[in-house]
Amino acid sequence: MKVVLRNPRREVDVAGPRRVKDVLKELRIIPETVLIIRGDELLTGDVMLDDTDTVELRPVMSGGGVGPGHLP
Amino acid sequence: MKCTKCGDTAILELRRHNAAFCTPDFLTFFRRQVAAAVRKHRMFTRDERVLVAVSGGKDSLALWDVLIEESYQTSGLYLDLGIHDYSVESKAKCEAFAAARGVPLIVSSVAEAVGAPVPVMQKVTRRPACSGCGLSKRYLMNKAALDHGFPVVATGHNLDDEAATLLGSVMQWQTDALSRQSPALPSTHRRLARRVKPLYRLSERETAAYAFLRKIDYIVEECPFARGATSIAHKEILSRMEAVSPGAKHNFLFGFLEKARAAFERSETVRLEECERCGQVTTGTICAFCRLADEVKRSS
Repeated sequence: MKVVLRNPRREVDVAGPRRVKDVLKELRIIPETVLIIRGDELLTGDVMLDDTDTVELRPVMSGGGVGPGHLP
Repeated sequence: MKCTKCGDTAILELRRHNAAFCTPDFLTFFRRQVAAAVRKHRMFTRDERVLVAVSGGKDSLALWDVLIEESYQTSGLYLDLGIHDYSVESKAKCEAFAAARGVPLIVSSVAEAVGAPVPVMQKVTRRPACSGCGLSKRYLMNKAALDHGFPVVATGHNLDDEAATLLGSVMQWQTDALSRQSPALPSTHRRLARRVKPLYRLSERETAAYAFLRKIDYIVEECPFARGATSIAHKEILSRMEAVSPGAKHNFLFGFLEKARAAFERSETVRLEECERCGQVTTGTICAFCRLADEVKRSS
């Protein structure tokens, strides 16, 4: 699947099928710091994604030109 | 995952509330949180005109959207900071938002008021851009409220903003800042508009979700000058704590507001005067904004 990240905008490929929460874990992104967007819908962590999906992980942190929050 | 309210498919999980919501129930939840904030702190009534400070970002536009939907009398205030493409794009977002909803938008330019845009101000003062920018924004928000007859200014500060500010103040034990941190600051002088933060009960993930679901076209990229700001580090630390302990940010902020703030408030008493130059409120003779404008003028 294609995962779109912001600030700076970039794309990474992640193998599916996989649940949203597992994609976040693989990318070491704190779930609370992003919206998970597929098309015009928001997804919760338990949604299963497959290889044909494109999801955007949109950072929600305001006050700085930052991307999603990462685990240390 | 199912919506806690209706059993339909959930679109957002709110771990700190041990809940998940579908779109309609999330929008209802969001509006109720704003209503609770307005009611608890008597922020404003439907008879008052509210000046909503908008940046083009998700929080302030989400706030304006909720207040319009709830039939409050609002006008937007956009402060043009003159930060290159970022300001051009954010101003366009605010203008498009206001035009689509048929609501008035006041635009005020920092460069016109201070004598230079934020990037030049930073070079002249040799202080962080956020310093002069924050000072200018507070000054111009109050000035616009006075000039246009608004008793209250509403800003889009959310739970994460407030918790990060609190953490920063506690780390330095800034008792004056702790005494002023509140979802609603009353007018303590005839030339001071009330300042309120109706989103303080909502996390920035919730305001981002609201803006997305309401199809609000907001600027996702953030101010280039805020990169590396201490407040961002504080937000990241709090988000890590929230990840292992849902509700941590809420408990930190609300615990302070309910149990500790009053003690700091009692310890701080300041006498407010009117600036000899511009007439706006200050604790000295010439206000910090006029001194900043002088500094810019001297260097140009």
